[in-house]
Amino acid sequence: MSIYLDNAATTATKPEVLEAMLPYFTQVYGNPSSIHRTGRDARRAVERAREQVAAALNADKGEIYFTAGGSESDNWAIKGTAFAHRAKGNHIITTQIEHHAVLHTCQWLERQGFEVTYLPVDADGLVDPADVERAITDKTILVSVMMANNEIGTIEPIAEIARIARAHGVLMHTDAVQAVGAVEVDVRALGVDMLSLSGHKFYGPKGVGALYVRRGVKLDTYMHGGAQERGRRAGTEYLPGIVGLGKAIELATADIAGHAARLTAMRDRLIDGILKEIPYARLNGHRTRRLPGNVNVSIEYIEGEALLLRLDLAGIEGSSGSACTSGSLDPSHVLLAIGLPHEIAHGSLRLTLGDYNTEADVDATLAALPEIVRTLRDMSPMYQDMLEGALK
Amino acid sequence: MYSEKVMDHFSNPRNVGEIEDASGVGTVGNAKCGDIMRIFLKIENDVIVDVKFKTFGCGAAIATSSMATEMVKGKTVEEALKITNQAVAEALDGLPPVKMHCSLLAEEALKAAIEDYQKKQQAQKEAAQAD
Ligand SMILES: Cc1ncc(COP(=O)(O)O)c(C=O)c1O
Ligand SMILES: [Zn+2]
Repeated sequence: MSIYLDNAATTATKPEVLEAMLPYFTQVYGNPSSIHRTGRDARRAVERAREQVAAALNADKGEIYFTAGGSESDNWAIKGTAFAHRAKGNHIITTQIEHHAVLHTCQWLERQGFEVTYLPVDADGLVDPADVERAITDKTILVSVMMANNEIGTIEPIAEIARIARAHGVLMHTDAVQAVGAVEVDVRALGVDMLSLSGHKFYGPKGVGALYVRRGVKLDTYMHGGAQERGRRAGTEYLPGIVGLGKAIELATADIAGHAARLTAMRDRLIDGILKEIPYARLNGHRTRRLPGNVNVSIEYIEGEALLLRLDLAGIEGSSGSACTSGSLDPSHVLLAIGLPHEIAHGSLRLTLGDYNTEADVDATLAALPEIVRTLRDMSPMYQDMLEGALK
Repeated sequence: MYSEKVMDHFSNPRNVGEIEDASGVGTVGNAKCGDIMRIFLKIENDVIVDVKFKTFGCGAAIATSSMATEMVKGKTVEEALKITNQAVAEALDGLPPVKMHCSLLAEEALKAAIEDYQKKQQAQKEAAQAD
């Protein structure tokens, strides 16, 4: 059995979630739009899941729309706002560290005549709310800032940014895909107009998510077709997925403080252990304002993919922001945005803890990693040069 | 995504290390693009009698370094110069297309080490003539 430390990529579906989903494949398989009993039973299940999502976010049921995941929610929120408010302006503000679901959407909008400001972040990955305020013009129609970063785990000051956006009459969207189920997410307290979430990041199924749209917010349709989701998002509902999403968000938010405390303790032990045992290593992301399960370190003089492969051979599964894992020549845009030089960004390692990890997993990782790093450094000409340079 | 041969050479790389009194040393690549390779050659009577490498890079970079050093051992300088990155990749049962650029480094490092050797030979010859 391998030790899975890639919970930011995706999580295992909880058995309780799967159990809740199963009847909706074979027994209650109706189309929620159908008028007969099987259809009505299906409809009831969709609406129950909507209530579960709304309750978890402190939203109203009528403000929740189901989608095919985080990417669709981000696309819809941003493109939908852009085209619905084009008469008012063509300017969008986002950040340099967003997920590609936001960044590539914004880049596409630029090709459609919109203007986008990509705000920088500080060395910890934090967006400065004052930068947001300075970037707002009379043409600005949307601010989109992620709630928590998927690579370095930094949690952004969304409530503060949303207050600024609202004061200027600008809509505010947040990609909370990594935040929901990890930290408290209350749409009223945050003051956001739109919020994206995705089921598979909190032990629900893949391919299903939701977009919160505050009542009264004008948003163009993204998925055209039938009258599902009150006419705003077409397509026969992914019934078992939606049921699973509802169950998963209920479980994930039942004891968020206890859950976060448990992961935070393991996370800190892992961070402290790595920094203590491995010289020339640094933590990426904010030390405390970070996701409970996120560890991201740069280990100098070695390359991330080689490190991942060695860890995998030792039965430990993580991820990296190195170029050679992304298939491009550039390392992660997030690591470059926090100011890491290319060679240090190439040596990044992300280990993300989840509900199924144990203290024993942390022990095993701390036992295996230093030896792997030593082997790779012994092979590294950069490490050799550094040691020789230090001797001179 | 990697063949068994690549994984074998990645997890048990052959010829890792340095040669103290190397006849030629070549370093190519840069940390910016993610891979750096250094090859040390020991050459006697134009034959490569020993070879070692150090590589900072991904799985493909390490595996191709290992395979390239295996392939040149015992070869003459002239034969070694004919080794291409395609040949190294083939000997590893192939590499994913996005990783072919990583294998180029092995070929370039080898050529750089041979060039270094030839320069040193030339310098020695000139020094001998000057005496
Ligand atoms: C911050 C963030 N946004 C969006 C997404 C995309 O979500 P999905 O995979 O559900 O489309 C992810 C998942 O990788 C993410 O981490
Ligand atoms: Zn490479």
